[in-house]
Formats: sequence, structure tokens, C-alpha cells
Amino acid sequence: MENKQKKLNNLPNNSHEITIGFGGAAGDGLDKSGNLLARVINRHGLHAISYNSYQSLIRGGHTFLKLRISERKEMCYGDHFKVLLAMNQDSIERHAPAVEPGGVIIFNSDKVTCDSSLLQENVQIVPLSFRKLTSDMGKLIPIMQNTMILGSLLYLVNIDFKTLEQVLGDIFAQKGQEIIDQNTSVARIGYQTTQEHFASAKINIDWNFTHISKPFYSGNSAMALGAVAAGLKFYAAYPMSPATNILHWLVTNSERCGVLVKQAEDEIAVINLAIGAGYAGVRSMCATSGGGFALMTEAIGEAGMFETPVVIINVQRGGPSTGLPTKTEQGDLNQAIGASQGDFPKVILAPKSTTDCYHIVGEALNIAEQYQLPVIILSDLLMGENFETIEPGSWSHEVNINRGDLIEQIPQSMKGKDGFKRYTFTSSGISPRPLIGSEGMAYVTASDDHDEDGVIISDEFTNTAIRRKINEKRMRKLEGVLNELEPPQLEGSEDSEVTLIGWGSTWGVIHEAIEQLEVEGINANQLHFRYLLPFHSKESLQILNKCKKTIVVELNATGQFARHLKAETGFSSTDVILKYDGEPFEPRMITQRVIAILKGEPLDLNVTQSEAREMAYHYIRVHLKDKLRPSNIIQTSQNGYGEPVWVLDLIERNNGELKGKLTIGVETGSTHKWDPSNLEQ
Amino acid sequence: MSTANTITEKTFKTRVVEVSPDWCPGCGDFGVLSSLKKATLEKEIKSHEMLVVSGIGCSSNLPGYVNAYGIHSLHGRSLPTATGAKLANHNLKVVVTGGDGDGFGIGVGHFIHAMRRNLDLTYVVMDNEIYGLTTGQASPTTMKDHKTKTTPRGNVEQPINPLMLALVSGATFVARAFSGQPAHLSSLIEQGIAHKGFAFIDVFSPCVTYNKLNTYAWFKERIYKLEDEAPDRDPADFSDAMSTAMEFDDRIPIGLVYKVEKPTYEDTEPVLLNGPLIKQPLGIKKELFDQLLLETM
Ligand SMILES: Cc1ncc(C[n+]2csc(CCOP(=O)(O)OP(=O)(O)O)c2C)c(N)n1
Ligand code: SF4
Ligand SMILES: [Mg+2]
Repeated sequence: MENKQKKLNNLPNNSHEITIGFGGAAGDGLDKSGNLLARVINRHGLHAISYNSYQSLIRGGHTFLKLRISERKEMCYGDHFKVLLAMNQDSIERHAPAVEPGGVIIFNSDKVTCDSSLLQENVQIVPLSFRKLTSDMGKLIPIMQNTMILGSLLYLVNIDFKTLEQVLGDIFAQKGQEIIDQNTSVARIGYQTTQEHFASAKINIDWNFTHISKPFYSGNSAMALGAVAAGLKFYAAYPMSPATNILHWLVTNSERCGVLVKQAEDEIAVINLAIGAGYAGVRSMCATSGGGFALMTEAIGEAGMFETPVVIINVQRGGPSTGLPTKTEQGDLNQAIGASQGDFPKVILAPKSTTDCYHIVGEALNIAEQYQLPVIILSDLLMGENFETIEPGSWSHEVNINRGDLIEQIPQSMKGKDGFKRYTFTSSGISPRPLIGSEGMAYVTASDDHDEDGVIISDEFTNTAIRRKINEKRMRKLEGVLNELEPPQLEGSEDSEVTLIGWGSTWGVIHEAIEQLEVEGINANQLHFRYLLPFHSKESLQILNKCKKTIVVELNATGQFARHLKAETGFSSTDVILKYDGEPFEPRMITQRVIAILKGEPLDLNVTQSEAREMAYHYIRVHLKDKLRPSNIIQTSQNGYGEPVWVLDLIERNNGELKGKLTIGVETGSTHKWDPSNLEQ
Repeated sequence: MSTANTITEKTFKTRVVEVSPDWCPGCGDFGVLSSLKKATLEKEIKSHEMLVVSGIGCSSNLPGYVNAYGIHSLHGRSLPTATGAKLANHNLKVVVTGGDGDGFGIGVGHFIHAMRRNLDLTYVVMDNEIYGLTTGQASPTTMKDHKTKTTPRGNVEQPINPLMLALVSGATFVARAFSGQPAHLSSLIEQGIAHKGFAFIDVFSPCVTYNKLNTYAWFKERIYKLEDEAPDRDPADFSDAMSTAMEFDDRIPIGLVYKVEKPTYEDTEPVLLNGPLIKQPLGIKKELFDQLLLETM
């Protein structure tokens, strides 16, 4: 069984693992169930990494949560799953066909059925009637079906019941013993019924438990924790998905962590609040997503001009405009690089993992204060919102805090007639910055360009000499930053056939794709970038020139990093792998495209069969009141639409009766025709 | 507290910087600058204890002419910037200055929310009913029918009444002054600084170059002091304040329009109970850190 799984996953490691999919509607409590399960397996010492794909995958409010459970720490949520917990009929239709051979589907048979024609070989079903099984327990809230299903799951994946009992006790501690008992009983019913009636469906994984619990964090909460450990004192925000959790975490822990958190009227206020606080002399930060970041940009340039430290996190979501509020993307690199008018020093960092989110915030706060400039962190929804276990010891409360040249007394050299010069020209470009309120150093900072004293040079007659020298002084600071940052390094063997290049959150998924390629007999290595501006042009080029083939992998439509790399180094990658459909990369997608590129196969952007089904679901939701579902699907080319088309039979959800045909263009993706006229025939 | 006549030329100089204002001769903003200096000297505020924050505009150049910490921020963004600085160090006396375009046009959202918050800030607007720096376009307080560069057939839009806007937005100190009467103005600024909470002072500050309608003479003809004509007014009476604020025709009142005591934002923010943020320790203790990790397990 295990060997078979390993082969299927193509994972060259001996770690036991299994991925569970939770399908349901928004409001079905999937995230709570996922969290509960993660706590249980965490206490056994297993790792967990989740991906919650929420809102309208196929129908209004459809949610699909994946939880990958493993002995070793996995760096992405993978590309397969073996167990489906289906909370509604929709989830069966959408996800049952993807359950791996040897897998199992658990559902509440009061409201869900599963047609065996949907299943791959050797997939078993565990239908449990919540109503019948709990009939003697009085009235239960419907969401407790999840608890029953979780109980069943634990039996099937060979995890004992005791730990679930403890976790339920902890989670519902405040709600009282009655609720704890109720939940425990329902879970036990699920566990025991499955043991008695569905023992043959058991997936016998022989887990090696270490019983070491680990922190279970999302990138957003990791950034919040990392920031307070690194001395954050002021945080401002305006709610915007997927950055809002940082605000929530910090508000919740504001008092005990000593951080003042301010929700402001808009993102323009947010960044100006943060700059005001940074100017006064506290470690200051704000976070938003692309749209809010756009509103902040004028002030980001002001922070450059003021030479005021501030950290801005952009948790990217699908753009442009309001875009895809609940979907991930790496589409704001251009925006970050181009943020604000004129030339000024700014630093852009991109954490490579959830664990790294903790560290990068401390780094950003140090760079911001040492070099007195704005630092932008590019995270994204995938990394920001999804939870995973963190290897114990990865984070320490002791964080190196370097506040740079922050002074409370006037430097000896500036005592005397001319007094304090805030922007004194230095070889490093860094000038001593007073803690506001300190005696003898009162100065005015200006968004107009200014001289060493801060006196503006924009009025009357602009002094070109001073303008040139202060411009150079400001920009010079980036040399110091670059020297301090660790250059990128090749991961893997030096002479690989192909190098996969990435930035930010894709580090883990590319890493796993490389493991898969190894199994396919292709030796690949990885070059990953955490520091995007200033850029290690020289060091990067040295590495790139030695690579055989290079492919930039990024989650946007235009290859923003590939272009940035070219701008900074002159190097053009062999190819790019781009994705911009709202969902993150899974390793298999990268692996398959790398193989295709190496074979010289062109990129095919036609609508696939499964995409045609997704489009049909959308049509059904908008125009046919959700009553139908797609069944048979064929492709034809003789049709009069000027392109090949997919023709889908739409059938009645309840009784399977054919209600008509939907025609979707293979090339354009246009919904050419809904033809209910076939009904009579 | 010292009295007006203790400010000698010498002490006044402590507010003066070498840079001299580049305003047009006769600009109303001169009166506001000297009144602000006088008021802060009266209050014996030391240069390093004071922060003056402005946006962009002729009027917003003011911080550069005061010997104190200052931020000459972006157009319309003085209030959030000042709010951030004040929250970081609430021991600072923070005065915010700017123009009518800065505060009631591009920055009007921040204006309303800052008042709602009742942070201890003093906001002095040099209201010249015009965009001065950009050479004479209509501003949010430009009067109906006034012909400006951008309203060649006369302004068709209703002007904002800043006092009424302040009152309905929750300002706890609302006043109006005239730059042509600097002693009165300076006394109001002093009261504004002394007030615990958000103090808003709208100052008629004529633009001699681009506003030929609302001139010194125009204001002199119309203004009267509330303390002279209605000495028994109760400044805490909101309805009376609203009707006072509404009077803007042949007669225009100046003086303290409204004042109430309410808890300030700083007073209600628990994190600030431990003193100014800039003085608080950085980082977190191991016990708390471990606890935060444990809570997720
Ligand atoms: C974002 C932005 N938009 C426009 C401007 C141009 N601008 C500078 S000052 C100003 C208006 C100033 O009017 P006001 O605030 O009333 O000040 P005054 O010059 O009248 O004192 C404008 C529109 C700018 N600096 N920034
Ligand atoms: S243009 Fe008007 S507001 Fe500006 S300095 Fe001259 S008089 Fe004053
Ligand atoms: Mg004006």
C-alpha cells in the first residue's frame, strides 16, 4: 500500500504522508475542522500544511481545503489527495474523481450520495447517516456532522481517538463540559461505526509518531509574531484580503505585545500614520494588498525623501483592480518596483516560505531603520493565509534588533553655530536620525527636496548642485544594503540540465517539482530570490551564465520577475512557466511543463476538458439556477463558430435527465450557445 | 503661565529660524505664523517638545519657519502623519497647519476621521478660499459665484462650511479667527493647545495675490467677535454652536464657537498607559513568545 502511494506521488523520500481534502460550502466550518485535525496530528508529532481554496471554485461559495499530513516537513500542499471529506453533493461531483486509487470518501449519507461511476479504481466510500447514528442524542447542530466525519477519518488513517478527545476538551474548554461531551460522543460514533462497518476501507499507514507538537502558523501570523519579536511598536491598517489577518492577530495581541494598532480610514491614512510614527522614532509597519498598496505609493516615495524607516507588506492577491480578492498571485512585483514617482532608495524583499515570513519582517525592520528608507515585503495569499506546522526551533524570541544611527544627543561634530544637520552628506549616505523630542536637534523634514539642514530647495531658485548631491546621497544607501544582503545561491547540483528560477512563496513548490523531476530522470536545480531590490546583478549573472537551460516559474501572466531579472542582469531565461488562473502552482504542473519545454513542446492555451466543465458550472450558476450539472462532454470542429468547440450535456441534478447542450469555444473560451431545444427529442 | 508681555524679542527669536518665509508680501499666513510662535511661547513649549506638521500649499510651508520639529508632508496628508507621530510620542505638543485645499479638498477624509478620534492635536487651517500655490483655482471654500481661474463664469458649487463640518464630525474644540487680528488668533491657538482633544481653528488668511474677493477689507467689514457680542454664550451648547457656525453672510462671527471635554484617544488606548511608545521596551519576553506558539498547538 505504502509503496504504491510513494510511486504515485513520485516522492523520493521515506516519509509517510497522506493528504485529506475537505469539500463543502462556505459556512460548512471546513477551516475549523481542518484546524481540529491539524491539532490532533500535531500532538502526535506529525507535520501539516494546508491550502484553503475558497469561494466559487465551481459554484457559489464552494470551498475546498486540503491538509497534507506527513512525517517530514513538506514545503507545499502537494498535488494529490487520498481522502475526501464531502460535506455536500457539490464536493462529490467536483472532487470524487480526483481521489487517488486506494483512497476513501466519507460523507453524511442524509444529504449526499456518491455515484460509483465517478471513482477511480479501488476507491471506497464511507456513507454515514448523521441523523440515524445520533438519533438518541437529542437535537444537534448540523455542523456537528463534521465532527462525526472527523472521527471516522481518524480511524481510517490510523490515528487513535484519545488525542481528538483531548483537543476537543481544549478547544471547547470555555463552552463547558456538556459541549465537550457532546462533541466527543459524536466523534466517537464516527470512529466506531467506521471501525465496525468499514474496516476494509482503512488506509493502514504505519506512522512514526514523535509526539513533539509544533507551532501552527500562517504567513500572516508569522509576520505579525516576527514583527513584535523584532520590536514593532506601531501598526496601522485598513482591512483588505488577504492581509487582514495580520491586523486581526496584532489587535488580538496588541496589549500583551505592547504594539499600538490603529485601523485607519483608508490606506492613504495608513501609510501616512506609519510614516508619522516611524519619523517620531518607533518601529512602524503596515500591510495591505495590491489595491491598498496602490493608494500608498505617493507616501512610499515620501518616506524615501524624508529618509524615514517604514515597512510595508503587500500580501498579493489576483489583480488587476479588485481582481480576485480570495485568490493568490505574484502580480505586484512591477507595482512594487515602480511604486511612487521619481528616484529614491527602496528595498523589496520576498519571503520564500511561511517559516521565512517570521524572519523577513525582522530583517525588513532592521534595514528600514539602519538605512532610513521604506522596505516593501511581497507576500501572497497562498503563503499569507494558509497554515502549516513550523519546525521547532526555527524561530526564537531573541531577534537581532539594529536601529542604525538613531540618536538622542546631538553629535559632537554638529555642536556649535551651524547646529544639527539632519541630512548631513556622508559617504554611506546615512545621516544620524534623532529620536523626535530630543533636545538640540529640532529640524523639519520635507517632502520637497531639501539641503543638509532639511531646508527646502524647491522654492524660488532650485539649487542644482545641492539637488544632485542629495539625490546621490540618498541612492548611495542602496550600496550598503546590497553589501549586507546575502546573494542568491544555487540549490542542487551545479551541472543540472535545467535551472528553475523563482521568487517569493514558490520556493517550496519548485523544490518539490525538482524532486519529482529527479524521479522522471531529469536533473534540475533551483535558483531562488528573496531580495528583489536592490538586486545582486553580478552574483546572479555569474550563476546564470553557468546554467544550461533556465526557466522562470512565477504566478502571474506576464513574467514580471523574468523581465526584472533581464533588466538587472541582461540575462534572458530560456523559457517561463506562468500561471494566472487564481490557483497556486502544484508541483506536478511545474514538472509536466518542464518536461514539455525540454521536449520542445509549445504551450497550449486551449480550454481543457476540465476547464470546459468549470465554465459550464459557472453558466449553470448564473443562468440555470444551479439546477443542472455537466455530464458527457465531446469536442467537435465542424460547427460554424470558427474554432473547435466543447459540447457539454447538461443534466438535471436530481434525476440525471438531459436538459440541453452547452457549446464552449476551445480557443476563445466563449460560451457560444445554450441549446435547450434538444429537450423534446 | 507667563503673560503676553513676558515675550521679549529675545525669546521670540527662539522660534525664529534663519529661513525667511517666501510668502507674497501681505499674505495672511504671516499673521498666522507670528501668532503661532507667540502662542507656543506663551505656553512655554520648548522647541524640541513641539512638532509642527503640514501638507502642501503656500500655507503648508509654515513648519519650515518655526524652530521646532516639523514635518512638511504630502498634499492633504498632514493629519494622518501627525496622528502617527503623536501616537508614537504623545508627550509631544503637536500642531497641524495647512490650507483649505489641503484640509478640506484632498485631505477632507482625514479631517473628518481625525476629529472623530479626538486625538490631542491642534489643527490651524489658513483658509484663503483659494488654491494659492497652484496660482488661483477654486478651493472647497471658494464662495458661490466667485470667479477664479477654474470657475471663469463664477463658482457653481456650494462651499464647505468647515466649522459645521467639524462640529458634526465630533471636534471637541472649534474656533474661527482672522489673521488680521493676530492677538485674538494667538489667544485662540493658545486655548486650542491647552485643550485636551482635537482643537480646530479655521483662520481667515487672505491670499492677496489670487483672491481679490475675500480681502482683508472684505473680512473686516463682516467679522465680529463672539466674546464681544455674546459674552454669555455657553460654548458647550452644540445647537448654539451650529447656528453660530451657520452665520456667514453680512456678518461673520470669530472666536471660540464650541468646546467640550471628552476623553482623548491617547487616554483610552491601553498600550499608551505604559507611557509614550518611543520609551517602551522592544521585543517580547520568552514566556510570552512560548505562550503565543503554544496557543496554536
Ligand atoms: C497629490 C497632489 N496633487 C496636487 C498637488 C498640487 N497642489 C499643491 S498645493 C495645492 C493646493 C493648495 O491649496 P491650499 O491647500 O488651499 O493652500 P494655499 O496655497 O492656498 O495656502 C495643490 C493642488 C500636489 N502637490 N499633490
Ligand atoms: S499666493 Fe496667496 S497664499 Fe500664496 S503666498 Fe501669495 S498671498 Fe499667500
Ligand atoms: Mg488655500
